[in-house]
Amino acid sequence: MTNEPKQIPITDSGCAGCPMYNPGHLERLGVDMSESDYVVGLAGNPNVGKSTVFNSLTGLRQHTGNWPGKTVTRAEGGFVYDGARYKLVDLPGTYSLLSTSLDEEVARDFILFGRPDVTIVVLDATRLERNLNLALQVLEITDRAVICLNLMDEATRRGLKIDDRRLARDLGVPVVPTAARQGKGLDELLRAVNDVATGRSVGRPYRVRQRSAAVSRAVDELVGQITQVFPDLPNARWVAMRLLDGDENIAESIRSGELGQLSRAPRLEVAA
Amino acid sequence: MSALTTSDGRLASFQQGQPPIDKSPQPATGGPPTAETILATAARLRREVGLTFHEQLMEDIYADAARLADRAVTRPGEAERFDLDRSIDRIVTSRVWGFPMMILLFALVFWITIIGANYPSQWLSNILIGTIYPWLNNMADALGFPWWLSGLLIDGIYLATAWVVSVMLPPMAIFFPLFTLLEDFGYLPRVAFNLDNIFRRSGAHGRQALSMMMGFGCNAAGVVATRVIDSPRERLIAMLTNNFALCNGRWPTQILIATLFIGTLVPAWLGGLVSAAAVVGIAVLGVAFTFGVSWFLSRTMLRGEVSTFSLELPPYRPPRIRQTLATSIVDRTIYVLWRAVVFAAPAGAVIWLIANITIAGQPLAVYLVNFLNPIGLLIGLNGVILLAYVVAIPANEIVIPTILMLTVLMTGASGVDGGAGVLAQTESHQTIASVFQAGGWTLLTAVNLMLFSLLHNPCSTTIYTIYKESGSKKWATVAALLPLAIGLVVTFTVAQVWRLIAY
Repeated sequence: MTNEPKQIPITDSGCAGCPMYNPGHLERLGVDMSESDYVVGLAGNPNVGKSTVFNSLTGLRQHTGNWPGKTVTRAEGGFVYDGARYKLVDLPGTYSLLSTSLDEEVARDFILFGRPDVTIVVLDATRLERNLNLALQVLEITDRAVICLNLMDEATRRGLKIDDRRLARDLGVPVVPTAARQGKGLDELLRAVNDVATGRSVGRPYRVRQRSAAVSRAVDELVGQITQVFPDLPNARWVAMRLLDGDENIAESIRSGELGQLSRAPRLEVAA
Repeated sequence: MSALTTSDGRLASFQQGQPPIDKSPQPATGGPPTAETILATAARLRREVGLTFHEQLMEDIYADAARLADRAVTRPGEAERFDLDRSIDRIVTSRVWGFPMMILLFALVFWITIIGANYPSQWLSNILIGTIYPWLNNMADALGFPWWLSGLLIDGIYLATAWVVSVMLPPMAIFFPLFTLLEDFGYLPRVAFNLDNIFRRSGAHGRQALSMMMGFGCNAAGVVATRVIDSPRERLIAMLTNNFALCNGRWPTQILIATLFIGTLVPAWLGGLVSAAAVVGIAVLGVAFTFGVSWFLSRTMLRGEVSTFSLELPPYRPPRIRQTLATSIVDRTIYVLWRAVVFAAPAGAVIWLIANITIAGQPLAVYLVNFLNPIGLLIGLNGVILLAYVVAIPANEIVIPTILMLTVLMTGASGVDGGAGVLAQTESHQTIASVFQAGGWTLLTAVNLMLFSLLHNPCSTTIYTIYKESGSKKWATVAALLPLAIGLVVTFTVAQVWRLIAY
């Protein structure tokens, strides 16, 4: 609804006088996504505040609610940060990227084939263990990820202490604690997204360990062949695991060469 | 080795078992691997690894997630809020208390709505119809408007809009914030949890409970919300039965009729409670029809397996009162009201026109109503109500205003005492009740109107949405006609039984 660009400070700390305050100058563009420089995907479990993050960054007013499955399609919006135009895509909330339901496919296809410059994975800090399942799966697909550790206010209220630095070290990608409902931490999130988008920060994502030797051998063998055919593919291991899982969509994208185009072609042109 | 190398690379690499040790050039499968060899290898490895791969993969991910979370999180003993959540859940999703709690909670919401809407409704009616309406008429007289112009503008467009606002705004302004508070608090997924088992036994998807809950707000939104259901079969069932969830446009009808006809059957202090119970009864009946029709569809036109899914019970969150008020007033109340007004204004003009264009000395509306009357009476309604449902196809919101206008104009036109003057009375509920009395309504008319309001074709927006979402004209037609057919059968049966018992 609010389409006109606005410059609104998003941290509510008393730092307004400091030059570090809102240094990137967030400018919300609403649905104006023309000529974006970077595409950012917003993934996460249902009901972790993705839509709230989306709304506060774009200035749009997507309906949010305490209700898993609120976002059934992708919502898109734009913002400007540090002089670069971003297109933000709010993906459906999913628990995993492994099964074949429509919402998981929408999210998975976007991260894999849409090749976003950054994927923000929004996690519920109060349910870290379950939320990490999705994060680990996203990290198998892309190293260009930022973890948004949301609902920190609620975690604190429950007396949970979360060591975000340790988590960042373990996961190998930036981790930013936020409380999106209160607008806290969003500037730090934007800075991290900006760093990954511009290549200032390069992730070395955690990869899931195979506990079965047979599986591990099978994956290795398949990865060997895949990297020979698609040398530049950033997620050969993940593709191998999908094939071993009998994922027909991935098999089809290999057959049709769609996967190969991903690895060779430059990043997908962003539709104006 | 080369004997095994057929033109079918898949077979060859499967039988080789291991990557070729043979270094000699191989005409067909040798050289660098291709897309086909990858797929062939994958197929072979899949057989070696076995069907448990998916489970092993999940287990690996879960184990790693647990380990990483454990390293990062420190808990200070048992967290209090967590326990509170669980103990609330233990009650609201319990086998014994789940359903009674659910019905009680919704009854409470309707009771607050019915009691609370009374006063602002009267107040609005006093201003819009008691004060402004005669003032407009005087103005038009003073300015020397021709009768047809003041009739079309004031008796048609203005009055329809004024009815919509005064009848619908107060209940909506109370009901939607309450409903949004429940949503924000996190109760609705618990409702879905409670209903899941019945949905499964009806051959439908458990997530249909969520699209149904959305349908209680707006059926078009509910139909879109069926996208969370993966299987096309179960999604169609959810779309076709979404109309049985009473929507925004129909709640006010239910609340008003229940207040006027059911609530007045008992002493005044019980009135609100009994009316609320009647509305809840209709809503529960709608849920029962959702199950029944889902069951029927999954055993006839849409046969198939029930798929499994996992439903998360989100943590309870203290509702944000101010934001909730803002969202529900702006996004829902104003939105629905605006939609109603947009449809009501032209409908008001149409109603006035059919009531005032005469053919052979009789208004057009009289022909239409007389034509529909026999059918209407057969199903315990009347021609006016049926005509109102035809006029209100674009939006259910205008059914009651249309009935009121048509009744007033009809009784006025056919010489029954009262006419348009009835509307000038100040006591809003009494005004409406007296209009209905002039139209010859009985308790049966009221009960069947409540039933028919639940069981008739969805509004045109919903039908169009079903068409778009299913991509099929056939299913959109089924979605329109199936509830209408059920509604006709049910109201007919009720009317016959009622008349048998009453006489």
